[in-house]
Amino acid sequence: MQATAFHPEDHLITTEPYYEAIGNEILLFESAYKNNIPVLLKGPTGCGKTRFMEYMAWKLQRPLITVSCHDDLTASDLVGRYLITGGETRWVDGPLARSVRAGAICYLDEIVEARKDTMVVIHPLADDRRVLPMEKLGEMLEASDDFCMAISYNPGYQSVLKDLKQSTRQRFIALEFDYPSAALEQKIIIKESGISAEYAQSLTKFAAMTRNLKGSGLDEGASTRLLVHAAKLIVSGVTPVEACRAAIGQALTDDIDMIDAVNELSATLF
Amino acid sequence: MMSPLSAEKIEALLDEYLEADLNRLVIDKQVAEIAQLSRYQQDRALHWVQIAANAHAEIGFSVCISIAKALQLMDESTLSQWIVHAMEKLDVEGLIPAVQSLLDVEKFAAEAKDRARGVVFEAVSGMLSLFVQGLSGRSLKLDRSETAWTDTETIYLPEYVGNFDEHDDNFALYKSILAHQWAQLWFGTWQVELLDGHKAPSLCLLNQLDEQILATPQALDYLHRLETIRLDYRIAAELPGIHRNMQHVLHLLDQVLIPSGWEDDIVILLSQDATIHTSCQLLATVLPKSPPSPVCFQGQWQLENLQSTLANRMLREKKEFQKAIWKLSEEQKKKQLKGKADTDEKEDSKQNKKLEIKKSEENQLPDNFDMEITLDDEPIPLNIEATDTFSSILQDFSEIPEEYLQTGFAGAYDTEADKKSEHDDLWAGTYHEKGALYYNEWDYKRLHYRKDWCVLRELALKPQGTGFVKQTLLKYEKLVKQLHNSFEALRGEDKLLKRQVNGDDIDVDAVVEAWSDSHLGMEMTDRLYTQMHRVERSIAVMFMVDMSGSTQGWINDAERESLTLLCEVLEILGDHYAIYGFSGWARKRCDIYKVKQFDEPYNDAVKGKIAAIEAQDYTRMGVAIRHLSHLLNQVEAKTRILITLSDGRPEDYGEYRGKYGIEDTRMALLEAKQSGIHSFCITIDKQGLEYLPHMYGAANYAVIDEVDKLPLKVADIYRKLTT
Repeated sequence: MQATAFHPEDHLITTEPYYEAIGNEILLFESAYKNNIPVLLKGPTGCGKTRFMEYMAWKLQRPLITVSCHDDLTASDLVGRYLITGGETRWVDGPLARSVRAGAICYLDEIVEARKDTMVVIHPLADDRRVLPMEKLGEMLEASDDFCMAISYNPGYQSVLKDLKQSTRQRFIALEFDYPSAALEQKIIIKESGISAEYAQSLTKFAAMTRNLKGSGLDEGASTRLLVHAAKLIVSGVTPVEACRAAIGQALTDDIDMIDAVNELSATLF
Repeated sequence: MMSPLSAEKIEALLDEYLEADLNRLVIDKQVAEIAQLSRYQQDRALHWVQIAANAHAEIGFSVCISIAKALQLMDESTLSQWIVHAMEKLDVEGLIPAVQSLLDVEKFAAEAKDRARGVVFEAVSGMLSLFVQGLSGRSLKLDRSETAWTDTETIYLPEYVGNFDEHDDNFALYKSILAHQWAQLWFGTWQVELLDGHKAPSLCLLNQLDEQILATPQALDYLHRLETIRLDYRIAAELPGIHRNMQHVLHLLDQVLIPSGWEDDIVILLSQDATIHTSCQLLATVLPKSPPSPVCFQGQWQLENLQSTLANRMLREKKEFQKAIWKLSEEQKKKQLKGKADTDEKEDSKQNKKLEIKKSEENQLPDNFDMEITLDDEPIPLNIEATDTFSSILQDFSEIPEEYLQTGFAGAYDTEADKKSEHDDLWAGTYHEKGALYYNEWDYKRLHYRKDWCVLRELALKPQGTGFVKQTLLKYEKLVKQLHNSFEALRGEDKLLKRQVNGDDIDVDAVVEAWSDSHLGMEMTDRLYTQMHRVERSIAVMFMVDMSGSTQGWINDAERESLTLLCEVLEILGDHYAIYGFSGWARKRCDIYKVKQFDEPYNDAVKGKIAAIEAQDYTRMGVAIRHLSHLLNQVEAKTRILITLSDGRPEDYGEYRGKYGIEDTRMALLEAKQSGIHSFCITIDKQGLEYLPHMYGAANYAVIDEVDKLPLKVADIYRKLTT
């Protein structure tokens, strides 16, 4: 089968992504969207932030453009730049500009990783001006009501070096995400992997065990995403202990004592 | 090959190492033994005798007695373990047990063979303490003991388990022992209750049994077995993997959990609802039967020890809990008051607040407690420490006793006083208190570390007001301006990189060149863009300030002034920095004073703490370096620097003077270097040149000859160091 290519700004999600609401985040997001307020998602890795964005894009029927921020991401990467083709210069929009033009949802994942100068373009877009300054073109791009900006960050492993400034924070409404309760987590694992309820229960117990170790050598406990991975391996015929080792223990840490302890913990359950 | 040493030569060397006039009488036999060895073996023997004698002449002599046999029985690495083991015994238990273990060389050699297939506490304790923490419940320490037991705070495990030929089987047994002890705590064997008319809570199992039964010999053994059966059932339901493990070792040893003849009686134990009460009720039924022989993983109950630890812990936790709840409910009250604005209700609401424990309605977490504390029906969010204490108390009582919620008087608790008493406890030798950390120390004479030798605590400084900092800034007004200028220039330099494959803008020069190239028929380059390259300073720096007694007076003033100026420039640079003071008195009281932590902003509190730095006791540097470099390594930065401000060489009460202290400090700095930390020392000790190059390396120190120049120089040194 051939891979399909598409332009995210023209692409609408047609089938409903699976998402279990933890609280009232869906209502909050919809209200924020209606009122043109940008949204900040906080929460540990693998707890469903990205899935939530896909779900909201489907629900609101807007295209979703996701940018994973890294420490070399500059303002021009977001807004756009001139390229040279065949002896001529041509302007190419960056993902943020494309989102504004298309009235899409622009999701900037792990925003604190990006360079500081990106804030210059985010700020005017995130308050009531809702314009994107395109300095090199000498233009201001005004966002329609359809456009929405969402950013995410993980307060858990915030280094002091990378903190979100107050001036940025205070432009957004914030939704806090955390791992779902055990019952809900089980439901998610079953739905995502097709595993039996019994195994799903053991996996959530195991997740709780690893989360007990947070701060004593583990930066994070096992996320729901890792549990789904392990469940999928088990469904494909890998033994549960092996699956936990590969999908969870090794994924969480490189520390040998810790890997051994995590493996022993999984061996107590299966 | 070199020829063996003669008996005379060996005797002379041993005399030298052992200062042998003490042991004149017996040494001849040893000399004869060593003389018969090959030259290689002789060198090894003499080497170990020398190292051992450095620690203690008597230890050296004992090694001398056993060394010939030891060389026969053990390989190189086991031999060094044998000596290190004895020296650790010397540190912990004293001379006689250490000598004993050296003389009993056969036993050690035999055990060493067993160790390879068996499980040794030390080898697995790190991993198992994580394991037991993962199993959840109160945080438990692991320690070694003759038999396995628990005092509800620590689980004691045997030093060594080697019942089986296979390592895996031995490990399965060891894990089963641990799991059984954990299960006693988690499934309520040691549950307590507060009986009417009693002041202190007591163990359910003691309340349940009348004196007559308790007086029956082995009654507790019967009860222990009943509990083991009950716990086994619970473990099978909750942790099937560990249950299989237990079954496996029982099978290997041909033991059965349920003694024959008990089967019909114990049926009611096999239920989720069975508790310690059930076991107690059953006791009378099984007592007439023949006593059960213990199963391999059950360990032994030590009720008296357990009760005393339990009582202390419960008292402590009660205080902590009441204090935490009092604090949290005060905060809650304040919030609620704010919300209600300034109506007349204010007075009423202040009085009618009621603390309650409620069962949470959503019973979603199978393993966690589903209770919350409410203040007038509003749940109080618990912080991490309060949650720990809360769950620990729930584990004891399976509910929170009413009394624990009476926090009216909790406001009287003085946190400072608490801290002080903890510190006093430390002095009294009960330094297993919360907050004390252990660090190894390098002993150059033995060529190995003394394990957990130093006891370190982090202490708070009481802020003194910002007057000192303001005065200093005034005093050095001109210098501060200069520093501002020179340091502002250092802040993140930007550089425009030309001819890049990718970039923010087009490099017109490159395009013109490429265009003409392509017209001449040459290949066109793709390096047509410019890129703004930002140099971001990613530096974390730790200042370690000497607070020893010798800094009393103007040195202390100079240190504080230097820190004030440093903070000024570091705020400009945006580098991450922390300031800690260190001092102490002997190895059991190494103190670290928190002046500014990495995530703390430079505010009035920090300024006050800088002013509060004052001369204390001695300078045990090694442990301070180990602790602070550990803290430094937790900060995310490309460059990490540890800067020591000091007035002299490392020195402490006791053996830490002279070479010992210098060698330990050097080792601590080497460890820091290995973990990626750059160390630098700024000192006013004019004799610093004698030892600083050895400790810090050739270029990593600065000696300032006049104390009053310290504040002027320090910022400058920092600038040079980081550009």
